Amino acid sequence: MRFTEYLKYLFIGTGFGFVLVKSEVVSWFRIQEMFRFDSIHMYGIIGLAVVVGIISVQMIKRYHIKDVQGNPISIPPKDSSQVTRYLVGGSIFGLGWALLGACPGPMFALFGSGLTVMVVPIAAAVLGTYVYGMLRPKLPH
Amino acid sequence: MIDLLSQPWPWYIAGPVIGLTVPILLFLGGKMFGISSNLRHTCAACNFGNVAFFNYDWKSAGKWNLTFLAGTVLGGFLGGYVFANPEPVNLASATIADLQAMGIQDFSGLVPNDLFTWKSLGSTAGIIVLALGGFLVGFGARYAGGCTSGHAISGLSDLQLASLLAVIGFFIGGLIMTYFIYPLIL
Repeated sequence: MRFTEYLKYLFIGTGFGFVLVKSEVVSWFRIQEMFRFDSIHMYGIIGLAVVVGIISVQMIKRYHIKDVQGNPISIPPKDSSQVTRYLVGGSIFGLGWALLGACPGPMFALFGSGLTVMVVPIAAAVLGTYVYGMLRPKLPH
Repeated sequence: MIDLLSQPWPWYIAGPVIGLTVPILLFLGGKMFGISSNLRHTCAACNFGNVAFFNYDWKSAGKWNLTFLAGTVLGGFLGGYVFANPEPVNLASATIADLQAMGIQDFSGLVPNDLFTWKSLGSTAGIIVLALGGFLVGFGARYAGGCTSGHAISGLSDLQLASLLAVIGFFIGGLIMTYFIYPLIL
C-alpha cells in the first residue's frame, strides 16, 4: 500500500470516528436507551445508514460501477446456511454489546476521546477473538 | 463553526453519513466495511499459539483496516476531546429513571463515570462490564463473522440474509442482558 492509500483510509476512519461521537452512538447511555426502546435515536441512525447503504450498493451493482483503480467492485456473499453461527455468535455479541454499551468501533472512538480505561475492553475483545480462534474447530457453525 | 462541530448531530444527519462509509470504501478501494476484522488481524499479527484461524497474511488483508481504525481513534479524539460537547446526552426520561433505579448516578458524560474509570476495575460490576463485556464483544463478533459495522451496516446494505440473522442475534443477546442480567450486576 502506498503512502497516499494510508492517508485515504486514515481520513475516512477519522470521519467515521468523528460521526460516531457526534451521533452519540459511542454512548453507553444511548445503547441502554436503545435496548429499552425508549427513543428512536439509535434505530434512526442504524435504519438510515442501512437505507443509504442499500441504495448505494444496489446502484454499484446495477451500473457495474468500478472503483477508482478501475477494478470491478465485487462483494463476497456470506454463507447464510450457517444459521447457528449467526444466531449464537450474534447473541453472544449482543450480550457484550449491551453490557459494555459499545461495539468495536465505539470502543476505539471512546479511547480516542480520552477514556483511557477503554484499553481494558479492547484488550479483552482481542482476547475474546483469540479464544474464538482456538475454539473454532469445536464450535457449531 | 465550532458550535456545529461541538454539538451532537441529530440521528437523521448522522445515520446517512455513517451509511456513506459503505459506498465510499467500496468506491475508493473495493473494501467491504467492518471494524471487528481488526481484532482478528491483531491476533494474526501476534499468533503466539500458532492457531490455524490466524494463519493468514494479515498485512495484505488488514493494513487498510488497521489504518482506518487508527483514523477512528483520531476521529474520537477530535469529536470527543477537541470538539467535545459539554452537555450531557439528551436521554429519554424513562431510560434515566430506569438507570437511576439500577444505581447509576452520574449522567454528565458519554458513559457513566460510575463504571468507566480505572478505579471501577476494583469493583465486581466494573470488571464485569469492562472486561467481560469486551471479551463477549470480541468472541461474539468473530463467531458471528462480524460486528455492528460488518453485519448491521455493510451486510444489510448488501441484503445478506446471514447479516439479518446476526442482527437478530445481536438483539436477542442485548435484550437478555438488558432485562435479565444487567439488573443482577448493578
